Amino acid sequence: MLKNILNLGDAALYCDFGNEINKEINSNVIRYFKNLQKLDLKGITNITPSYNKLIISYDLSVLNFQNLKEKIINLDIKETENNKSKIIKIPICLDDEFSLDLKRLSEKLKIEKDEILQSFLNKEYFCYMTGFIAGMPFLGDIDSKIRLERLETPRVKVPKGSVGITEQFCNIYTFESPGGWNIIGNTPIKVFDKFNESNPLIINPGDRVVFYRINKDEYLKFNE
Amino acid sequence: MNKAYFEIIRPGIHSTLQDLGRSNQYHIGIPFSGSMDKRNYLIGNKLVGNKLNEASLEFAYQGPLIKLKLGKVTGVITGNVTFNILRKNSKIEKGLCYRTFELKDGDQLDIISTNKSVYGYFSIKNGFAGEYIWGSCSVNTKAKIGSNDGEKFRVNQKIYINKNESLSESNKIDYFNSKIEFIRVLKGTNFNFFSEKAKQIFFSREFIVSKLTDRMGMRLEGQKIENVAEANIKSEGLIKGVIQVPPDGNPIIMLSDHGTIGGYPKIAIVISADYDRLTQLTPGSKIKFKSVELDEAEKLYKLYEIETHNILSQIR
Repeated sequence: MLKNILNLGDAALYCDFGNEINKEINSNVIRYFKNLQKLDLKGITNITPSYNKLIISYDLSVLNFQNLKEKIINLDIKETENNKSKIIKIPICLDDEFSLDLKRLSEKLKIEKDEILQSFLNKEYFCYMTGFIAGMPFLGDIDSKIRLERLETPRVKVPKGSVGITEQFCNIYTFESPGGWNIIGNTPIKVFDKFNESNPLIINPGDRVVFYRINKDEYLKFNE
Repeated sequence: MNKAYFEIIRPGIHSTLQDLGRSNQYHIGIPFSGSMDKRNYLIGNKLVGNKLNEASLEFAYQGPLIKLKLGKVTGVITGNVTFNILRKNSKIEKGLCYRTFELKDGDQLDIISTNKSVYGYFSIKNGFAGEYIWGSCSVNTKAKIGSNDGEKFRVNQKIYINKNESLSESNKIDYFNSKIEFIRVLKGTNFNFFSEKAKQIFFSREFIVSKLTDRMGMRLEGQKIENVAEANIKSEGLIKGVIQVPPDGNPIIMLSDHGTIGGYPKIAIVISADYDRLTQLTPGSKIKFKSVELDEAEKLYKLYEIETHNILSQIR
């Protein structure tokens, strides 16, 4: 349920769906997001869903906080066909040269490397949100036994395609970027494709994701 | 396509094509981008008789040295900028901002620097030939999207222009870029994460704009802002103008190319009316924050808009 609406500055609504992170709350956020997207209200410039919040920015010369807040409160939120989630299969190479932080994970968690990888591959993940950098999916939840905090000192450059885990989450670096997540592998698949303007992401909020292991050879040949 | 282009002899520090930015892509991680100082961008386009969303060349600090090839065009520079026009016959003309000028084949434009400000704009009649994605040609160097493959311009590149056309008469406006004494803000959604002392510091002390400032964000230095609740929040959407405070206590203001989600507590958000002038603050500038209420911020934006409209309507 939408619990509260605050202003985020003078040109955005801060819609609060709760403090916990779970599929139910997040699905609710995504439902609002998709309904609003479909409505295409004049003056809305961006809608940003996250774990449990929805930020709606607007053009202050067209809308203001009070009138948009009322519109949102009175929205008739429908289940849309879009709400059906897809299952996306993502290839991942877990060779040493890609699993940059597997040793750290193994030492800190006191679990064998193979067991960490197996546990990671065994689960199906849910995409809570995308963003920070273009197309980066925030997936969850990873098995509780392989959860670890971020690196003490973030990397200046995390290679493109890196798959990282931290706390209950997993993400994919769609670009080379600074970052502090524990890197366990790398995917050759293009998660963000700017040349596909109408559908640039292969993983969207609400989708389910499974990883399958490929070897270095398959990794190198993947985009041929 | 028109054959005329500007050859880049010196690219300058950060020269990119920008327009009004792209909307409705935050949810996939693509920020607004677009001209940092929207008012100066609009004035430039209006002076050369363009639609108000035509691609302009935005530069920061030191601008580019460019040479027009195979064409002629009317252009104008807006902002607080020192520049010269180097005619083909070696004559040097000192440039004046907010006054249109004509460039012919072989003429060069030497944009020396912005003064006491960061961004300036070179707009030309009919605009530059940008590459459009999601309704905008604005360059976002982080996601590598927009014109020039999402990169800033480099030496020897060509910037194509849409059409060879000069205005029959020159055009001008007298405009003065005012400084602001305070950056006005609304309290953020995590305002109460911070100690009473920190709140007091935030609204009474000066902060210095650090060198780690670019189109993505402005980092501030000053007295540390102490967080007495959680150092991180669950990542959530951001907008430009949000002031986040990471664990080190130094505030960061999100600017037009910001990451679309973030997990640091938000102490405040800069009001829309002050955003253009905020982006023009150079590293080393001192800034002070002043708290306003939402209704006041909305009124201030209306005033700012009316003012912009009045400036634009003075231009024939």
